[in-house]
Amino acid sequence: MQLRMATVLPLGLFAVLGVVLAMGLRHDPKVLPSMLLDRPLPEFDLASLKIGAPNLKSSELKGKGVTLVNVFGSWCVSCRYEHPLLMRVGKDTRFKLVGIDWKDAPQDANQYLATYGDPYAQIGTDEVGRTAIDLGVSGAPETFVVDAKGRVRLRVPGPLTPEIWDKQIEPLIKESEKAS
Amino acid sequence: MIAEIGQFALLLALMTSLVQATLPLYGAHRQDRGLMALASYAGVTSFILVAISFAALAFSFLNDDFSVRLVATNSQIAKPVIYKLTGVWANHEGSMMLWVLILVIFSALIAIFGRNIPASLKARALAVQGMIASAFLAFVVFTSNPFIRLADAPADGSGMNPLLQDPGLAVHPPCLYMGYVGFSVAFSFAVAALIEGKVDAAWARWVRPWVLLAWCFLTMGITLGSFWAYYILGWGGWWFWDPVENVSFMPWLVGTALLHSALVVERRHALVGWTILLSILTFSLSLIGTFVVRSGVLTSVHSFATDPARGLFILFIIFGATGGALVLYAFRIPQVRKGVPFAVISRESGLLLNNVFLVVAAATVFFGTFWPLYIDLMGRDKISVGVPYYNLTFVPLFIPILVTMVIGPFLKWKRDDFSGMLKQLNIPLVAAVIVLLGALGFTLGKHIFTAAGIGLSAWIIVGSVWVMVKRTKLGKIPLSESFSILYNTPRAYFGLLFGHMGMGFVLLAITVVTTWQQENIISMKMGQQTKIGFYDVKLIGVEDVQGPNYQAERGTFELSQNGNVFRVMTAERRFYPVQQQQTNQTAIRTNLVSNTYIALGDPDNLGGRTVRLYYHPMAPWLWIGGFMMAFGGFVSLSDRRFRVGVAQKQRPTIIGPAATAGAA
Amino acid sequence: MMRKFFIVIFLLFGTGLAHAVLPEEMLKDSGQELRARDISQVLRCLVCQNQSIDDSNAPLAKDLRIIVRERISAGDSNDQVMAYVVNRYGNYVLLKPPFQLDTALLWLLPFILMIVALGAAFLYLRQQPEPEAGDISNEILKEE
Repeated sequence: MQLRMATVLPLGLFAVLGVVLAMGLRHDPKVLPSMLLDRPLPEFDLASLKIGAPNLKSSELKGKGVTLVNVFGSWCVSCRYEHPLLMRVGKDTRFKLVGIDWKDAPQDANQYLATYGDPYAQIGTDEVGRTAIDLGVSGAPETFVVDAKGRVRLRVPGPLTPEIWDKQIEPLIKESEKAS
Repeated sequence: MIAEIGQFALLLALMTSLVQATLPLYGAHRQDRGLMALASYAGVTSFILVAISFAALAFSFLNDDFSVRLVATNSQIAKPVIYKLTGVWANHEGSMMLWVLILVIFSALIAIFGRNIPASLKARALAVQGMIASAFLAFVVFTSNPFIRLADAPADGSGMNPLLQDPGLAVHPPCLYMGYVGFSVAFSFAVAALIEGKVDAAWARWVRPWVLLAWCFLTMGITLGSFWAYYILGWGGWWFWDPVENVSFMPWLVGTALLHSALVVERRHALVGWTILLSILTFSLSLIGTFVVRSGVLTSVHSFATDPARGLFILFIIFGATGGALVLYAFRIPQVRKGVPFAVISRESGLLLNNVFLVVAAATVFFGTFWPLYIDLMGRDKISVGVPYYNLTFVPLFIPILVTMVIGPFLKWKRDDFSGMLKQLNIPLVAAVIVLLGALGFTLGKHIFTAAGIGLSAWIIVGSVWVMVKRTKLGKIPLSESFSILYNTPRAYFGLLFGHMGMGFVLLAITVVTTWQQENIISMKMGQQTKIGFYDVKLIGVEDVQGPNYQAERGTFELSQNGNVFRVMTAERRFYPVQQQQTNQTAIRTNLVSNTYIALGDPDNLGGRTVRLYYHPMAPWLWIGGFMMAFGGFVSLSDRRFRVGVAQKQRPTIIGPAATAGAA
Repeated sequence: MMRKFFIVIFLLFGTGLAHAVLPEEMLKDSGQELRARDISQVLRCLVCQNQSIDDSNAPLAKDLRIIVRERISAGDSNDQVMAYVVNRYGNYVLLKPPFQLDTALLWLLPFILMIVALGAAFLYLRQQPEPEAGDISNEILKEE
């Protein structure tokens, strides 16, 4: 029973492929890692959704404790799933929750918040979408956790869930608290 | 009740398949005629049972039985009847049922038409089919059961992805599956031959028609898929190197290689080990394709389920089937392989070269499809591979086979003389060069690749016809004699003619369309006129239209030339309220030489509508060429030599462990 | 007749690849617009499947198309424009994988494989024993 290299080669290659495919099963190909991780929050200066309120400036969000930047839109169906959670955590004083209203008409956004509640300390409008692109946003909702030093520590694509909150965001908040 | 019958039949089919997978193997080992014959009965029985089950599922869909969860989530009362039927396989569970149904159809066909196969080979092959069937039946029953009931049946279903509500859905998946799954026959026979320890010309003669049949359907399936994407997606594209397209293309490439190497096994008893390996590889690629579409490992427009648990099950099936077959291959093939030698220049070596080119092409598609996954898993980066990659790798690597495919038929078996053979191809060569120069001239030297592509397609088309010209000695003998030879030519030659010529037309179409397609995206108001291609297009009006389960805006356009209106075209944008989805029904007007394509866009802020107009010269020949290739395959299949092949009284050429090389 | 001639000439020079660029997006300078098209064709639309931003109708694709044109107008080179987008979205946004350490093999393997396979086939052909002389049939001219 001779085994020649040429005849075992297909089996060997297949074994490698099998391992790759098996590992691939545990892993979600749709998740795009954010380019901002461990980098400072990009500069932006967005007009406020509320008339008369000050602009939402990235410079003011740095060095002032943890900030959660939530990109949303009144047109975004998934945003409604996370809204109750946002309403709940908006009251948390350990961090500041700000919103960026993306590609939305101000009156639609105001209507949306009037209906479902406004959890944000501040809201900036990004109708053109330039800031969202600077943040590397490809869909709504997306949430960025920015630490006290102004570095982006986490990007959550899709709606926030209690599980994500507990497992990923809480630890970051606690870590920042300890540091300060 | 009906669904329960379906469920029950499915379970019985699983049990039957398990019997089919085991007892006949033992029977073949002991040369027990009864147990071996059991395989055929089991094969036919499992087919009948799965057919009953499938019918039950179809019945549930057609009768709007929303107590069946699958029907509730995928159908609607308002859906037209034809789409209720095709909707059976427009979802994961139903399409798996179709997969299994086709698998057992092939088992039954082997059982019924395999009267002349040696009993032990037939029993073993059917046993392998039974193993595959058992595995997939288990998959359906335990992870993807279509007959699950809902406790509270809704009054109406939630409908189906509107993109799938299309005649294309009626034919594209069944054709594809007949192709994919059809290669299981070659796989089963290859494994059976390895178990037996011998491969003879009868084996190849038996397997080749099945490979051809699967190949024809796969060719049609891919062609249909391309055409479907073209008219439904609204931007005139016809191939995207999407992972799921790639996983159907790879079995096609390797299947084409298999088709040609099986020819060598049958005629000359050479390339035996290689052909066995290809048989295993082709079906394995089909299995990997099934895995990719359903496991969520790669993202694609086509992905059905993205369920890693199901993916794992399929992966285990692949480990068992492909892994098992390759282990068997490694241990058994050294005993089986002795083949008849051939010279470095011969038809056998030409076909070997054909295989090399096709397999490397398939490997290229493979790398492009799976490399991002590999890189991502290594944690390094997330890259993506799109059209530009394939243009720079696949395209140049595919050119050699386009050149050599014309030469193959003119090479003699066993040994030939290259320059002598090349002299036979003088006319096609001259024709190709003339066309190349003509194309260069026509394009004023600006499109070198285009000219090369056109010249190459002339080489292929003229070269394919040249086979017949040489065979009938056209011009050298009286016309009536030529005609008489033509009349008596075996159909396999016509198969070659159309098969190769079709490829030439596909190449021509791709070259011309890619170079010279035009588009015009403008905002049009009512009554406004614009140009595309050779024509003028005027927007006559846009009106609201109500469909059975959608609302649409329909744009009407007048196509004219030199002021002469000769056609009215309508393009729609449909909105399906239940699924909250939009589709494009593009307007395509063809004169079989080129397509004029119109898609309706959004209303813009200037009071008009965005309209996308395209002109695609030679585009119809992309799909005509594809169907021509499949047609060639079917013509070959109808060759009477296939039907009498196995019964032919030929001295059996059994090569076993004690064989000497060259025995024939 | 003249009309047909001009149309033919137009067709010869009017290369077009299907894309979704709206008229109002296009740059005035045709050289720059051509660069914009080329760049757009290798940038992936992230909310679509397997389409470039040039081909896609999605809003995000449109935004990116506009940005590409802005950067070109601002004087960026092609590489700089692509770097701008890659800085925000990563290498995934490139439809043509970059040639770097972990993708070098991706680009080279097909060609390496072709050479290896041809070499292996050739070696196999050579190591065969000489075929015996005898009946050499020619399929084309004779029935088998």
